[in-house]
Amino acid sequence: MNLEPTQLTDGQWHRLHPATPLLRGAIALIVILGFVLGNLRDTVIQLIVGGPRAPEDPLDLIYSRGLTGIVLLVVSTGLIVFMIAFYFSWRMHTFRITDELVEVRSGILFRTNRKGRLDRIQGINIVRPFFARLFGSAKLEVNVAGQDANIQLAYLSSANADALRREILRLASGTHEAASTTPVVAGALIERRIAELLAPELDPAAATPASIVNLHLGRLLGSIILSGFTVFALVVAGTMIWVTSTTHQVFFLVTLAAPILGVGSYYLRKFAKSLRYTIAGTPDGIRVGFGLLSTSNETLPPGRIHSIEVSQPLLWRPAGWWEIKVNRAANSSTRGSAAQANTTILPVGNLADVKKVLELMLPGLVDDRSIALLERGLISQGGDDGFINSPRRAVIIRWFSWRRNGFAIEPDAVLLRSGAIWRRLVVVPHARMQSVAMHQGPLLRRLRLAAIVVHTVHGPIHARLGAVDRDAAIAFFTDLAHTAARSSGRDTSHRWRSVPRIAPEVTT
Amino acid sequence: MTRPLELDELDWRRVSPKYVIVDIVGLVVSGLVACVATAVPAFTTKLVWLWSAPVVVAIGFIVVLFLTPRRVRSIGYILRADDLLFRRGLLFQRFVAVPYGRMQLVDINRGPVARALGLSELKFVTAAASSGVTIPGLPAAEADELRDRLVALAESRRAGL
Repeated sequence: MNLEPTQLTDGQWHRLHPATPLLRGAIALIVILGFVLGNLRDTVIQLIVGGPRAPEDPLDLIYSRGLTGIVLLVVSTGLIVFMIAFYFSWRMHTFRITDELVEVRSGILFRTNRKGRLDRIQGINIVRPFFARLFGSAKLEVNVAGQDANIQLAYLSSANADALRREILRLASGTHEAASTTPVVAGALIERRIAELLAPELDPAAATPASIVNLHLGRLLGSIILSGFTVFALVVAGTMIWVTSTTHQVFFLVTLAAPILGVGSYYLRKFAKSLRYTIAGTPDGIRVGFGLLSTSNETLPPGRIHSIEVSQPLLWRPAGWWEIKVNRAANSSTRGSAAQANTTILPVGNLADVKKVLELMLPGLVDDRSIALLERGLISQGGDDGFINSPRRAVIIRWFSWRRNGFAIEPDAVLLRSGAIWRRLVVVPHARMQSVAMHQGPLLRRLRLAAIVVHTVHGPIHARLGAVDRDAAIAFFTDLAHTAARSSGRDTSHRWRSVPRIAPEVTT
Repeated sequence: MTRPLELDELDWRRVSPKYVIVDIVGLVVSGLVACVATAVPAFTTKLVWLWSAPVVVAIGFIVVLFLTPRRVRSIGYILRADDLLFRRGLLFQRFVAVPYGRMQLVDINRGPVARALGLSELKFVTAAASSGVTIPGLPAAEADELRDRLVALAESRRAGL
């Protein structure tokens, strides 16, 4: 595809990168390789550890019967057939981007036509699997609201993908200013590839500010090791060693070998995913990038974050680390780094990092008072600190956390703070809440308490606060119901850069 | 001292008293099924103490059955200027406020018993699955009218996601 990116958004039908069939074939090859390697790993383990050899291992069978040549022939024929099929599917796979929507047509036997409205875009993700990166191409995924509602453009040339995203975001933002011209990396093909491979995760062409958070290797390692999973693994390992030492059966230790490999690869995968983590603000939203070999880099336009949770597991407390997750309307089913980037905005960071990221995500909460309030929401022990906390009688159901179990309503967002051991702060922007609820069961009624819930789109976060004083809960409910109705009418973030309409003030 | 949750709004619109019948029929059917299911172990093992399970279930259902009229009376809704307010529950109270602009769609469902009594159930769906605003026991004409009204209100206050 030798088109200028602006030409891609001219409303005409375009094809994807011509190397797409090759890349898909390469991925099929990787799957086969992975299968072979997986078998080899088992064989190696058996060689080292001993134990019974599985006679039905297909690779062994092939080798012992001298069928290697035939199998290779079959596999390569299969690959070629696949590639031809991929070629035709590439021919039939076209997309267009107009001022209003993104549309993709694909399929040979079963035709699919998918349209997404630009003002419903929840995020645009550029995924670069390792192989695709070698060929200088990338997958562009436009997420619109809904379960697994994404429009994939796989594959585009790497430079085009970045520019195309910028163009789509520009069209979606509702601004009418002219597109900025994009500098093209000059040089020979090889040099360009190397430059792309080594380029920082955030493309400098968009004049994006540098990542505001530096994720040190040590901290990343520490955060992965200091997790509940590690405690669990250690307990299991300890039990196994204890069992072995009491029964003197080495057999038990041997059974540990496979889980250890599994645990190791789990840590490695988690580590590799969060490597080269970046986050930065752009005019068109927050950009979060992940990954070392296969990278993923997603732009979330403003107003696409439905709720934010900052939490701190107990093991992270001595180090002062926090994790930030969000609820989003688009739930990509893409596995790997993309899925993680989807809801985890900051895998680990100290208080300063958290503040920077929150400032980025909550543009309405930037004055000193709000920042201080957010900080108290994270680390305060409770008391008279701007939050309306649970009364003393809540100690019966909130043993340790009643002092800091509380809420605060800000002009732009509502803050729910809970947990003394597993600290948690949930922030829901007023413009994003779907509804407000309060609950009371018999126990809470006896204690003159109530629970409050702010409903947002489905995600890992449930914005719920239990054991609130009854009258405070009623005040919260009344107050927030008005605010929610007002701010949902005033919100223009679906076309975030258009001139804001002056919404008539609603009298309440 | 143990006051239930209450709001200052006094003009709750209540659902049709006929909905009590729908609720009772549903309770009786599910109560019978639950009793039979819990009686299976006792029936097969012939252990006398196992009969306590269906008895406890039956007593529970009978208590709930007697509370049905009050529970149905506790269901209420108000169409305020900008949002729909909904409440239900006696022992487990629940209040929800949904701005009209958040509406994604409105469902009207009618079960066999409700249809015989001319009642409909209106479900107000937002982007959040947990909003759960379902107003049962509305007379069919009122439900249709309410649906059209909600759609019109939502249209005039259209908001993003």
